[in-house]
Amino acid sequence: MNGLGRALLMAVLAYSASAAGTSDGVVRVGSKSFTESYIIAEIIAQIVEEVGEARVARQVGLGGTGVTYRALESGAIDVYPEYTGTIARVIVKDPTLVSVDAIRARLEPRGLTISGSLGFANTYALAVGAETAQRLELKTVGDLRGHADLRAAFSSGFLERDDGWPGLARFYGLSLAHVDVMEHALTYRAIAARQVDLMDVFSTDGQLERLQLVLLDDDRHFFPDYSAVLFARRDLPARFPRTWARLREVLEDRIDHRRMARLNAMADLDRRPVADVARAFLGAASPDAGTVSSEARPASGEAGTAPGKAGTASRPAPSASPEAHRWTPPAELWALTRDHLMLVLASLAAAVALGLPMGIAAARYRRAGQVELSVIAMLQTIPALALLMFMIPLFGIGKVPALIALSLYALLPVARNTYAGMIAIEPQLLEIAFVLGLGRLRRLLQVELPLASISIMAGIKTAAVMTVGTATLAAFIGGGGYGSLIVRGLALDDTATILVGAAGAAVMALAFHALFELLDRVAIPRGLRR
Amino acid sequence: MIALREVTKRFGRSVALDRVSLEVKAGTTHVLLGSSGSGKSTVLRAILGLTTPDDGVVLIDGTAVDAATRTSLVKRMGYVVQDGGLYPHLTGLQNVALAAMAQGWPRARIQARVDELAVMAGIDAGILGRYPREISGGQRQRIGLMRALMLDPPILLLDEPLAALDPIVRAELQAQLGRLFATLGKTVVLVTHDIREAALLGDTITLMTSGRVVQQGTFADLAERPATPFVSQFLTAQTLVSGNAAAPSAAGGDR
Repeated sequence: MNGLGRALLMAVLAYSASAAGTSDGVVRVGSKSFTESYIIAEIIAQIVEEVGEARVARQVGLGGTGVTYRALESGAIDVYPEYTGTIARVIVKDPTLVSVDAIRARLEPRGLTISGSLGFANTYALAVGAETAQRLELKTVGDLRGHADLRAAFSSGFLERDDGWPGLARFYGLSLAHVDVMEHALTYRAIAARQVDLMDVFSTDGQLERLQLVLLDDDRHFFPDYSAVLFARRDLPARFPRTWARLREVLEDRIDHRRMARLNAMADLDRRPVADVARAFLGAASPDAGTVSSEARPASGEAGTAPGKAGTASRPAPSASPEAHRWTPPAELWALTRDHLMLVLASLAAAVALGLPMGIAAARYRRAGQVELSVIAMLQTIPALALLMFMIPLFGIGKVPALIALSLYALLPVARNTYAGMIAIEPQLLEIAFVLGLGRLRRLLQVELPLASISIMAGIKTAAVMTVGTATLAAFIGGGGYGSLIVRGLALDDTATILVGAAGAAVMALAFHALFELLDRVAIPRGLRR
Repeated sequence: MIALREVTKRFGRSVALDRVSLEVKAGTTHVLLGSSGSGKSTVLRAILGLTTPDDGVVLIDGTAVDAATRTSLVKRMGYVVQDGGLYPHLTGLQNVALAAMAQGWPRARIQARVDELAVMAGIDAGILGRYPREISGGQRQRIGLMRALMLDPPILLLDEPLAALDPIVRAELQAQLGRLFATLGKTVVLVTHDIREAALLGDTITLMTSGRVVQQGTFADLAERPATPFVSQFLTAQTLVSGNAAAPSAAGGDR
């Protein structure tokens, strides 16, 4: 077990080093976890690839504004799509900022910058089902007055932000009896099933058409402007000037709000892979003329500035037919599997490295041990997702905080079972070790650990299988792994993708179970096996 | 020489040892006799330094057993317990060799000593390669004895070594132990509740009940000049039971 432990430890070290390092020559593109953000991020990524000045790392589907902004601030990502209104209110916390220039000036001291507007604004809007709208004659937000019995489900951001529901309700003098918090992707299903009457949507939402939702007119102009921009670290333009210039050429003022809604619909309604949607946009954005070289100077707002068509359009586009389901390419699945496996192995190794001595200590010093085990047990009662979120202010986002949270989570079964195995040893066998003149270390290694090995191995096995499952949550803070599929599937309302992620984790859990049955033969002495 | 002076040990409110004194001369075999709960095993544990007396002192060759001395004093002792007390995760050989390996003996020396002990204890080399659960109770006990003798300690302490064995094996091993003690010249303290074992093996005997010493002397002393009615009662009951006499009412004297 020694050799194995050392190998695992090396894996942890190598892994955390690679996760923390900010290697040069890479543009890390992030996104929040909703369709539009995925699409813009993918367009950014494809443009970066196109220019060829830097390699691309996709860190998409990071979550809400908080997580994604912190990722940008900490340097875990270099750029992601954001909205001016969000930056002004949530990040800079100054709602009076409106113009792009003013916001850019305020971001400068933070080492951040934004591009010009991409051409569309994604403002909040309230939507109701067509049937409800007709029945109650709802046309404007103000028409909601007097319908306090409507059941609303809002995303948590909308429910809490001043420019969201609280402000809107004050501004229009609204009150509703039932207001629930719901993840956006789930609310669509709920409103289609008529379990919810009213929801917050974005004006570029591709789902509006399919679900026949009616947008309530904000006739008194409560919602502020949410122009889409590229939100980047200030050093990005300096590091990759050609890339940054090309991003601005291709994207600034190029996407109006209807076009964005169509792109969203391609992903949400036609179920085309985000990469396809991005390619379609870039292909359409480029002029028919094949004469435009990729070095062409921007011709002030002309279509000729888009990236060369040849590079993108000649690539075969998988599953281009409208009703084709999204599929996960084997290469991506393999990468996610590797990611997931590393997450599990590294956090498991850390949990064993920490939990084994903690279990031994708890068995040696029983009173202090009870305190120790209680603390570990308390960690276990924190919901896994919450524990992951707690890691963000301490360690940022990505693999490192995910590893730490997963290790803490796997600690209890390891420490607890080590403790249980140690205290179950017959006292007489320990007394005999004393009489035989075995020192403390020899007694531990040759008597106690082998005698406790069945219980210890059971604990490690529990931790392993559990961690395979919990590690799917790592994707919520950008830790990667199978959870990425679940997060993406949730955001794109795509059950198949969710299933691929869940099934992957299930298969891996089974594999771990089988692996540990084999490992038992090595780790548990033959004399103890039944 | 082993000596106990007025040793008292309490566990909570119950008194395990009540001013127990005894002496075991070097090279002799002393039997601690009594029914279960009489405190005889606690005497052994006090000698080993596994239990600290509340009062009185245990002396090994004139040195008091305490927290500071127990680790070095225990090196002079071998310890055998009921059913051998072997480590289930180690083979017989690994069990026997454990103490010598801790002392850093070279492999060849360990092997030579194991061979010597195997002959002495009547154990085949093949048996030594097996795990404790794969061999018989008698074999486990012989291997436990080998393990205790591995470093050739001058003192041998045995706690009910034969209690778990069936009568035939027990009788055979009793006879073997007797010959062994005589040959090796060790200072032996043996705990038993079996009066025949005491008579067969003990140069001197201490009969105990409820943590107190009832009588000390040879078996002849106890049998012919019982200090109290309890002594003759204990001897009679045991003789009847082990002689297979169907006298269940007499067994009450064992309590």
